[in-house]
Amino acid sequence: MLDLALYAQRGSFKLEVECRFASDWTVIFGPSGAGKTTLLRLLAGLDRNAPGNSRFEMALARVVLDGRILTNTDQGVWRGPGRRRTSLVAQQPSLFPHLSVDANVAYGLGNLDRAIRASRVAEMLELVDATDLENRSPQDLSGGQAQRVALARALAPGPRLLLLDEPFSALDGTASDALVDRLHLWLRTNGVQTVLATHDATDAFSTGAEVALLREGRLTALGPAAEVLQDERERIALRLMTP
Amino acid sequence: MDWQALALSLRLATVTTAILLAVAVPLAALLVLGRGRWLAAIEALAALPLVLPPTVLGFFLLVLLGPRTAVGRGITALLGHPLAFSFDGLVVGSVIYSLPFAVQPLVAGFAAVEPSLVDAARLLGAGSARIVLSILIPLARRSLVAAAVLSFLHTVGEFGVVLMLGGDIPGATRTLSIVLYNQVENFDYAAANRTATILLGLSMAALAILYSKREKRGSAGGRRA
Repeated sequence: MLDLALYAQRGSFKLEVECRFASDWTVIFGPSGAGKTTLLRLLAGLDRNAPGNSRFEMALARVVLDGRILTNTDQGVWRGPGRRRTSLVAQQPSLFPHLSVDANVAYGLGNLDRAIRASRVAEMLELVDATDLENRSPQDLSGGQAQRVALARALAPGPRLLLLDEPFSALDGTASDALVDRLHLWLRTNGVQTVLATHDATDAFSTGAEVALLREGRLTALGPAAEVLQDERERIALRLMTP
Repeated sequence: MDWQALALSLRLATVTTAILLAVAVPLAALLVLGRGRWLAAIEALAALPLVLPPTVLGFFLLVLLGPRTAVGRGITALLGHPLAFSFDGLVVGSVIYSLPFAVQPLVAGFAAVEPSLVDAARLLGAGSARIVLSILIPLARRSLVAAAVLSFLHTVGEFGVVLMLGGDIPGATRTLSIVLYNQVENFDYAAANRTATILLGLSMAALAILYSKREKRGSAGGRRA
């Protein structure tokens, strides 16, 4: 259960979102520039407002995950990224270029015992179907492979909340579907709530989850995919039928 | 050839470079990763020795470290001797004088590291120290080498601060550049030529090594994909 209230401004862009994501898989659907990335970064604890060098004018930010306050600007609470059991996989995989794939995945595992780290890394790479990439350098990976490794790296520390920002854009259709199905099951089994941002309606349908419609920084609808994306579905169907 | 002065210059440059890297790495990381208006003031202060005449810096340090100020008297009481006109005093002066030559390449190198990599490390729970050691330094290692080489060479060649703060005490504060000055003053141009050639050769060799390494890395396709 994720409760959030975010009122922030950057230049002429305003983000005004207040809602509760109750489903274990929520899709934030909206066109480019709607504020999806901004929203996810604030949920992750990045882009904190600081006097003198503010990226945002933060009017109010409140993020509560399963009853635990992650951000509350009214109370002066802002848990840093990495201290809120929240992982973010951005559009760009941002793998550490000087570390091998397995070292990338192990980065967030801190001071765990070496054997436990190794088995956790192996488990994560298997989940994203990247076991054979273990010793490779990020430079030698394709876009899709890098994206899968980034996913494994984000999941390794055992987050309670997983934020995905257009993460499947680099994967081809079939690989993406298989991965999403496997991931979905794993996340549910491990009790990880997921928020996925996308501008691709098929991503939203394929997961059949709760969908939040975001337009120009505002939430315009929140509910089951079939309801919220009715218009999108008709638009796609129409396009497919039109010769 | 004044081998004692050469050894002293190299020792001074080595000690200064080691201290400078220990100071400049966290300072540069603070300037790149930190936020706040006061950082601009710190950056300006760290760049000040670049434009300040060395004799001015040397004079202020001479007064500050001498018996006229509480700081100078405190240090004298602590060490048993004043810092001015000693090797330790030269180290203090050199560290301040060469600070921008260590800080500026590091700031440029750290700032060139993709911010998304720093974000990724933060999200994975890394604190500032770990980000510096595991991300910034490995990805900006060329800048670290450049900072070390420039600090070393700049210290070997410094003259104004050394003369003001250290005077000309053989074995303690008489560096190679002071020797050169003395030789010219005594019209011993042959000796001055040798001393100057050593200083020139040292600088050229170090810079050639620095830039040839850069050339090799560049032709290998850059440091990042």
